[in-house]
Amino acid sequence: MDTALIPKGVKRCPIWQFALWISANGAVLAWGVFAMLLVYIKGLNQTNMNNAYGFALWIWADLAVIALGGGAFFTGFLRYLVGKEELKYIINYAVLIGFICYSSALMILGFDIGQPLRGWFIFWHANVHSMLTEVAFCLTCYFGVLTIEYIPMVLENRKLDKVPFFHNLGHNMHEIMAVFAATGAFLSFFHQGSLGGVPGVMFGRPFGFREGVLIWPWTFFLFTWSAAAFGPCFTIFITKITETLTRKKLVKDNVIDLLAKISGWMIFFYIIAKIIDTIYWATVTAPSKGFTFLEFYTNNPGSAYGLWILIAEIGVCGVLPALILITPKLRRIQGFLWLAVFLGVIGVCLNRWVMVLQVLAVPVLTFEDWFTYLPSWQEVATTLLPVAYGVIMISVSYRYLPIFPQERELNPIDEPAAAAREVIPEPSAAGPEPELSPAES
Amino acid sequence: MKNGNFKKFGMVIDLDKCTGCGACMVACYAENNIPFREDDTDKMLSVSWMHVYRLNNGKPFPDYEECFLPRPCQHCEGHHGHSPCVSVCPATATDYNMATGIVSQIYPRCFGCRYCMGACPYHVRQFNWWDPIWPDGMEKMLNPNVSVRMRGVVEKCSFCVQRYQLAMDQAYMEGRQEIEEDDYQTACTETCPAGAITFGDLNNPEHAVHQLAQPDPAHEGRPKNPKAFRLLERLGTNPKIYYLSRREWVRRAGDNYLKGEFQNKAHS
Repeated sequence: MDTALIPKGVKRCPIWQFALWISANGAVLAWGVFAMLLVYIKGLNQTNMNNAYGFALWIWADLAVIALGGGAFFTGFLRYLVGKEELKYIINYAVLIGFICYSSALMILGFDIGQPLRGWFIFWHANVHSMLTEVAFCLTCYFGVLTIEYIPMVLENRKLDKVPFFHNLGHNMHEIMAVFAATGAFLSFFHQGSLGGVPGVMFGRPFGFREGVLIWPWTFFLFTWSAAAFGPCFTIFITKITETLTRKKLVKDNVIDLLAKISGWMIFFYIIAKIIDTIYWATVTAPSKGFTFLEFYTNNPGSAYGLWILIAEIGVCGVLPALILITPKLRRIQGFLWLAVFLGVIGVCLNRWVMVLQVLAVPVLTFEDWFTYLPSWQEVATTLLPVAYGVIMISVSYRYLPIFPQERELNPIDEPAAAAREVIPEPSAAGPEPELSPAES
Repeated sequence: MKNGNFKKFGMVIDLDKCTGCGACMVACYAENNIPFREDDTDKMLSVSWMHVYRLNNGKPFPDYEECFLPRPCQHCEGHHGHSPCVSVCPATATDYNMATGIVSQIYPRCFGCRYCMGACPYHVRQFNWWDPIWPDGMEKMLNPNVSVRMRGVVEKCSFCVQRYQLAMDQAYMEGRQEIEEDDYQTACTETCPAGAITFGDLNNPEHAVHQLAQPDPAHEGRPKNPKAFRLLERLGTNPKIYYLSRREWVRRAGDNYLKGEFQNKAHS
């Protein structure tokens, strides 16, 4: 039915199976859209946020997907600017994941604000002192860059590629992609950093506040660094999930190995910086405001923000994946690779959680207690919405676009068998196009 | 302002006088058209520009003591007007007025990102989770000098800035350049039956607030009066609400201290 759209030389599941998969994810998507409409129509009273938790699940999700989407800019930086040629076999997927992450982030921001129709004020009445202003500008620009990077992939669709204009446009866009990769890296440096600056500049919140250089708190640099370090983990993680679901090898081991190694060393040095930052904050910054380090981690309900969260973030999800990924023997064992990238993804998400929610949960006035928060179903549904959207985007892109350049080589199609299948025409279809080879259809 | 005649409006609240009656809160609601809901028991969702906290010394009877602490917006100056909330607002919807020291909120410009709420350690900034619904007939009793706010924007205490504007208009009509201390008083100050709240220009030595708090300009307004303190002084927010108390435990409750720090400070 859709065989004419499927890339040459690759095999895809039957259309009914694909439709079923999309429908299942579409149901989650629809649930999320319903919740989103409720939020738009009835307002933010549909959430469990309150005057203490002005930032909550959505802002965490926003920061998390932007960090995870950091694989796009960093892989692009490595591929086009550093010249790591092997990464050309995974850059498409990194860009696609980045595109999904950033479009999700913008979508979340769209309903997270109290007056969505005034969202443009952030550009029109921009306050240059605000970290959020920089985030808004760079985020929007970088999403534009990711769109430009994704378009050539769409134009590589078998049908679209037959149109000379699209073919030439895609080709020429590929030629200048290094410029966009450099632009993307530049923009990402600033918006990832500014997201770190959001809690870092809040000098009224001792848990989040950090000293720094000039106008940039240390969290500015730590956020950029962690996105570059853990973003590739997410790219590898999603690649591995895709390989498992499709039961195919899609990217050669040497490509994954290189990206994992770079990610490992980035995490290794990031976690050293993070430990230094934590020690300085715990022994100098916080005491100067009258707080002991342990006050930030004790006496909270259910120990939701206990010391375990710091150990989990830095030790289990930081040091451990770094050690696995920088050790060639370990990262080449699939189980360890899976574990390391999974922990890396959890680690960066945990960091964003802490820097959004724990900052607000810690009591600052001496006569207040810890603040607690549980998201409403509308918040959960709208947070799952980008996940379902991402799965659908990946599924559709994988089915119809040559996302993985090594797929054909790694999964040669048994041509006689394919030809045998070809003689049985689909009842509803007009039949395969005469110029297509059996493998193509 | 060409002569550098900047005012710095501020407040002194004597906690030893406050009885916790809540009249200041009620007056604030009425003066500033603050919305409320039929069930407003969840204070984390309600809007209250003036909130009265109930503190105790943590000791059992007969040493048990209580203190009520009214908390309006602290109108922080920070360093050179970079108060915690003003510097973070991405849309310049809140502003520090160098001429008055008032931190304003521009409701039609606020798009509800709530970054200012996160940045404020005093929780003075509150979000309109719902559109205001006034009981039948009450809309006729709203203050015409204060705009009502819609769902999705942040609001906070404005030091009844509309009263300042009216006082300035009145002074102009009478051919005066300056307003007198009594010309501009906030609703909570006027209402407090115990006279616990004093309001005025901290820069003016003739004003009662200046005499009570004795702000030290060399140290960003830190009070010289040993019985006065500001909330969370150590964070560098440089607030303009001063509290007075003879009780040491009350003064200690105003900020966070490491073990032994407060005693050392008290003795120095």
